Amino acid sequence: MGSGDTAGGTVGAGYLSIKNRGAQAKRLVGATSPVAGHVELHAMTVENGVMRMRPLDDGLEVAPGGHVEIKPGGYHLMFVDRKQPLREGEHVPLTLEFRKAGKVDVELVVERVEASAPTGRGR
Amino acid sequence: MSALKVIRYGALAAGAALALAVGAALLVGRPVEPQVTAVGRPEIGGPFRLVAHTGAVVESGDLRGKPLVVFFGFTHCPDVCPTALATLSQDLRDLGPDADRLQAVFVTLTPERDTREALVQYMQAFDPRILALTGTPEEVKAVAKAYKVYSEKVPTAAGDYTMNHTASVFLMDREHRFKGTIAQGESREAATMKLRLLLGLKAA
Repeated sequence: MGSGDTAGGTVGAGYLSIKNRGAQAKRLVGATSPVAGHVELHAMTVENGVMRMRPLDDGLEVAPGGHVEIKPGGYHLMFVDRKQPLREGEHVPLTLEFRKAGKVDVELVVERVEASAPTGRGR
Repeated sequence: MSALKVIRYGALAAGAALALAVGAALLVGRPVEPQVTAVGRPEIGGPFRLVAHTGAVVESGDLRGKPLVVFFGFTHCPDVCPTALATLSQDLRDLGPDADRLQAVFVTLTPERDTREALVQYMQAFDPRILALTGTPEEVKAVAKAYKVYSEKVPTAAGDYTMNHTASVFLMDREHRFKGTIAQGESREAATMKLRLLLGLKAA
């Protein structure tokens, strides 16, 4: 499960955590959603005050028994060319595509963009 | 015995004198080195004249007397920019009426894409006191350069592009001189303290 955000623009960020209960590594290679032209998987870093965003061309691996957090300040699913404004609380379908495991349908709940955590993110 | 002692003392004294003489010679002979001065401030910032998402022309000169809080970004930025602007919105609310004594601005680094309409839509998610500023690519580039902001276009899968860019928030005093930054990911407590100090309020 996860959440999208409601920045008033035409892009949005989707966040979720993926747990791999299987015995083999799974690799998230893409995602689609009816509310966006396309969805991209990105990694974000901040070094020396410069924010860098990098498309994850090879996808994102989830180790067997492990989990990956797609969360602010790290990875995000970027919703590009969002077709309509999203309202807080709205449910947005998202299909995750894994290299071998195939497609997994999830639903994101739209949330407002939040201020960073009071105690910082400890990046 | 005692004669030997005297001689030894004499030798020591002579050695000491020699060392002093050598030392003095070195000092005198040393060339005057260029002085490195550490006074003044980093030259960050400068005047600007841009258009706000509200349609108003914003001239920094008209804002003299108000501290500035300046952030550079772009609307197609899914993570850092909305988080920074949402955090800033929260900070303004926390400051209460004192927040009206400063001006927070968000300068787009992609003016060719971030039209005024796009900015209006984008800013709906944030505190209405934050002004989103745009201009011609040249105007925006000049402001970014004055603030020593790094930015670079990065192509993405669908023929689109994203930006790598300086994500710090610049704090400028009433005379618009550089006071410091709030770094991306810095704690809310530290950020609030910096904003309070910028306004001449007590830190806590």
